[in-house]
Amino acid sequence: MADTAQPAAVALGDATVAFRVAGDRVYTAVENANLSVADGEFVAIVGPTGCGKSTLLNVAAGLLKPAAGSVRIFDQPLTGLNRDAGYLFQADALFPWKTALDNVAIGLEIKGAPREQALQRAQDWLTSVGLGAFASRYPHMLSGGQRKRVGLAQVLIRDPKILLMDEPFGPLDAQTRQIMGNLLLELWNADRKAVLFVTHDLEEAIALADRVVIMSAGPSARIIGDWRVKLPRPRDISEVRMEKDFHELHREIWSVLKDEVMKGYVQSTRSAEAG
Amino acid sequence: MSRSTLLLLQLLVAVVALAVWQFLTTVPVFGKILLPPFFFSNPIDVGSQIVKWFSSGVIWKHLIITLWESILAFVIGSVAGVLVGFWFARQPRVAAVFDPYVKMINALPRVVLAPIFTLWLGLGIWSKVALGVTLVFFIVFFNVYQGVKEVSNTVLDNGRMLGMNERQLMRHVYWPSALSWMFSSLHTSVGFAVVGAVVGEYLGSAAGLGYLIQQAEGVFDVAGVFAGMFVLSAFVILIDFGVTLVERRLLVWRPTAAEGRG
Repeated sequence: MADTAQPAAVALGDATVAFRVAGDRVYTAVENANLSVADGEFVAIVGPTGCGKSTLLNVAAGLLKPAAGSVRIFDQPLTGLNRDAGYLFQADALFPWKTALDNVAIGLEIKGAPREQALQRAQDWLTSVGLGAFASRYPHMLSGGQRKRVGLAQVLIRDPKILLMDEPFGPLDAQTRQIMGNLLLELWNADRKAVLFVTHDLEEAIALADRVVIMSAGPSARIIGDWRVKLPRPRDISEVRMEKDFHELHREIWSVLKDEVMKGYVQSTRSAEAG
Repeated sequence: MSRSTLLLLQLLVAVVALAVWQFLTTVPVFGKILLPPFFFSNPIDVGSQIVKWFSSGVIWKHLIITLWESILAFVIGSVAGVLVGFWFARQPRVAAVFDPYVKMINALPRVVLAPIFTLWLGLGIWSKVALGVTLVFFIVFFNVYQGVKEVSNTVLDNGRMLGMNERQLMRHVYWPSALSWMFSSLHTSVGFAVVGAVVGEYLGSAAGLGYLIQQAEGVFDVAGVFAGMFVLSAFVILIDFGVTLVERRLLVWRPTAAEGRG
């Protein structure tokens, strides 16, 4: 993976994340996670629902502190928020009181860029995510897919070295997801950032990523598998799914993931009964 | 129902109500007038009283005084409510300490404060403004407090990840959220500003719509009381209409405001 000459963009060393729940009980979400993402590498994390995939992402973002273990960003220990990272959230995270254009421009404005220039760049970014004509719309006037596009532009305009994505296309319908996936690959191809992409959809993960990392069912989720995806780039998401290599890899990973998904399902129903 | 039919029906209600009122106060039913004019006046007297006020111009002075008191009460109450709301929401410890006192003052019927304000601030406009402020403040305060507290965590995290510092979060996230809550209660707070002004005038003053009504009542001039009430209603409806215009402009980004009123 990360050779010594080039430090990994994100490196988690034995990271354990625990939350204090109800009094003195401690819930361990993720245990001893070791993960490194090389610069320019696209890594997808797949795991059953509630396994702590997003938790791991929040650790990489600096939004959460691990109870134990280390987080290094380009070989520097992470303190506070990860300033090299852009984060695309699963839920709607746009500022509802700003237009699409202002939502994208804000990343530059808070860095102190002159407003005119920020707006100009924002308009360019909106155009490159295919929303050039929607600059003056407010988020509630946009569809779910369009909001994700604005979110993508909002993050990318700051030119982060690392892109963290938390099931960003989760709420979208199947067709829109494919279109968004292709858009993401196109933008990523233009200037390869390190990407950490969380999803529960194995097909999406294989189609997009260079590496697929599998997590076990929570609590105390662990990383239980790491596969390299050798499909050629540039890829088209809908076509790559037809290839033989894709199917073989899918079968191989799914044989591991399947058991975890079942475990996760059983646990989620059990905790629902208990609660 | 089309717009014109609706308007026609609404007008019809007014016409019928006035006609019934006129009829019952002037025409005997079974040899008896059901609504004695001494207590109920009649629409024609009330109308001519209103016309007299406007044609002689005496009403303008009172309207302007009431308007001023309402505006001052609204502005002062809102500014104070926004500041304190922000402060409490960002400093949970302060909020916890003051919580019982805020509840206590808010539970107090504000009318009982009127005599105190009159003693402290005299019979001029400021005692009325103070009464209005005590009403407006709490509405704005509670809404701003809620607005700051209810900011979505995802939006906050997004702001942080985009590189905002505390001051920028304040400006781009907390502030717009709090303002949107405040504006959503604009109708109520403006209404209360007027209530504070009029009640204050009614309880002791030398000018204003409340004074006008109180004076008419003092000499058993029922037509005057009703005329004052009608002018007051029209005044409040006009102000409310203005608020609606402001709100449409300011809350254009809100789905409910934009679509619900289209």
